[in-house]
Amino acid sequence: MRITVCIKQVPGTSQVEIDPETGVLKRDGVESKMNPFDLYALETALRLKQQYGGEITVISMGPPQAQAVIREAYMMGADRGFLLSDRQFGGADVLATSYTLSQGIRATGPFDLLICGKQTTDGDTAQVGAELAEFLGIPHVTNVCQIHGADATSLTVTQDMPLHRLTARIALPCLITVEKGIFEPRLPSYKLMTATADRPVSIITLADLADNNPLHYGLNGSPTQVKRIFPPDKSDSQERWDGPEAESADRLFHFLDDHKFLQKLG
Amino acid sequence: MPSIIIHQEKATDPQALLSLCPFGAIELVGGKLAITSGCRMCRNCLKRGNGVFELVEDQSAGVDKSAWRGLAVIAEVEEGTIHPVTFELLGKAKELAAKISQPVYALLLGTGVKKLAPVLTEYGADEVHVYDQEELRYFRIEPYTAAAEDFISKVKPTAILVGGTPAGRSLAPRLAARFRTGLTADCTKLDISKTTDLDQIRPAYGGNIMAHINTPRHRPQFATVRYKIFSIPPKCPNPAARIVNATIPPEKLASGLEILQAEVKERVRGIEDAEVIVAAGRGFRKPEDLALLQELADLLDGRLASTRALVEAGWTDARQQIGLSGRTVKPKLIITCGVSGAIQFVAGMNGAEKIIAINTDPEAPIFNIAHIGIIGDLYKIVPELIASIKQSRKED
Repeated sequence: MRITVCIKQVPGTSQVEIDPETGVLKRDGVESKMNPFDLYALETALRLKQQYGGEITVISMGPPQAQAVIREAYMMGADRGFLLSDRQFGGADVLATSYTLSQGIRATGPFDLLICGKQTTDGDTAQVGAELAEFLGIPHVTNVCQIHGADATSLTVTQDMPLHRLTARIALPCLITVEKGIFEPRLPSYKLMTATADRPVSIITLADLADNNPLHYGLNGSPTQVKRIFPPDKSDSQERWDGPEAESADRLFHFLDDHKFLQKLG
Repeated sequence: MPSIIIHQEKATDPQALLSLCPFGAIELVGGKLAITSGCRMCRNCLKRGNGVFELVEDQSAGVDKSAWRGLAVIAEVEEGTIHPVTFELLGKAKELAAKISQPVYALLLGTGVKKLAPVLTEYGADEVHVYDQEELRYFRIEPYTAAAEDFISKVKPTAILVGGTPAGRSLAPRLAARFRTGLTADCTKLDISKTTDLDQIRPAYGGNIMAHINTPRHRPQFATVRYKIFSIPPKCPNPAARIVNATIPPEKLASGLEILQAEVKERVRGIEDAEVIVAAGRGFRKPEDLALLQELADLLDGRLASTRALVEAGWTDARQQIGLSGRTVKPKLIITCGVSGAIQFVAGMNGAEKIIAINTDPEAPIFNIAHIGIIGDLYKIVPELIASIKQSRKED
């Protein structure tokens, strides 16, 4: 089975800087890590490979230093790694990101299964997987919490929806996004780290893509525009109780009583 | 985004050209070739179409916005009933539509759902478009996208609001990519300008910042909004409303997905529906101590919730998690205990009517949004409060 996993480098902390001009995240100088949700996607791919054989490709988009997450994927057992990196890709919204990934994935050759994590911890939109599937013209299933098995033409999975657990057979090629906890991700292995130290990370630039029109990428290719950024609301009427705990507990009791929160079971 | 134009005069055998497209997006309409929105820009037709198809770059000021009118809400149906997020979105759509004097549409997809259409008019829809077809029994992405695409192509709404549920967060991006347009996920505020540009506010970059996002050159505009962000409007008869029954040919509803089994999950009363919530954070020292907060929750007829950290530590269930990657709650009262107030958490609960925060750290960001900020040790305050409540009930 030929499996491609989409991974992303995210800031290691939520304290990040924003470019006030463009409203775009500044990634330089911030400690980075692999998006934690992507570890589950990669682990899912590794388990499928153990069972059915094949090859695992990881692909990411980001600045050159995002190669670090490809290396990390090698240390977990990925076979091939590609990084979509070009200045023209910067500042992409969901549509431009998905389109760029779709072009990059086409450039890396045929695949049977694409796996994405549930969401990223920085963008938090959980929308790239579905847009990517659309651009590639393949079905997708989100919220996959269990893999039952695969054959030459299909994959059987269970999808965790609010009221149901839906078990479905999906025709290959397809895209799935997996839930956190589908499998316990393995740790990067030292043995693999040394074994893959010389393995290249292939860089894909705009010129390598079938559609190399810069207007379709990055900020130019993004229908959404950040008009303004501003700090979150603070609540208007606020009080602070910083007396002794016994006094605060008593005030809280009377507050709850006055506001009728105590009467239901009274 | 580029588009493909067709030189009809160069097409000697139009019928033969239809097979060029692996997505079936080339059609013959009245004897003329046409490219439908099924086009994925794979460009196969450019290479093998002998010059009939030509790529043109779009560098114009964007679409003709006057061709796109009205606000549409995609209804979410769960087990034969409308999910309340749909009513919340209809209320917001009605408010926005009034500002630009345009109609509100609702799109209803499913099997046996026709009977649910009238209630959508009572919450603000002027027109309900119903696709009641067997192929739409379960949420499967391709048929749902195809039916919604059919509706959007016919009605051309300027903006489409979709519930931020698992199904909505799967369908909205798929549609946005199909129409090659903008999508803003998890909006917390929406407004609309005279130009029909949707003003979308969402927490960005982990929520340290709020972003105001527009889609100035593309239509339709897609936004997803989580449950309990907006309020359900009062029900109100709308006798002028129309219900439009639409169908699309079953072959357009084909899917690579076959549902083998639909197992109904055990119904757990979620924190989303609670009027009172007590929320635990890292201020708790060990999992057993959560029993204390559970007791308080029970006394207040409320529910126990927590931050992401406690879910990750295995102390609480994922269904109890408040925040961007958990649930959004809008209770009448929330008491947070030992919660620092990371913005991801705050984004999931700052719609609460009354926020009371207990934390030992006077600098904790939770105090920025709390109506009552209590600086103190939860291990001292909560037991005292529990004792007082119990005492008062004994006296009654």
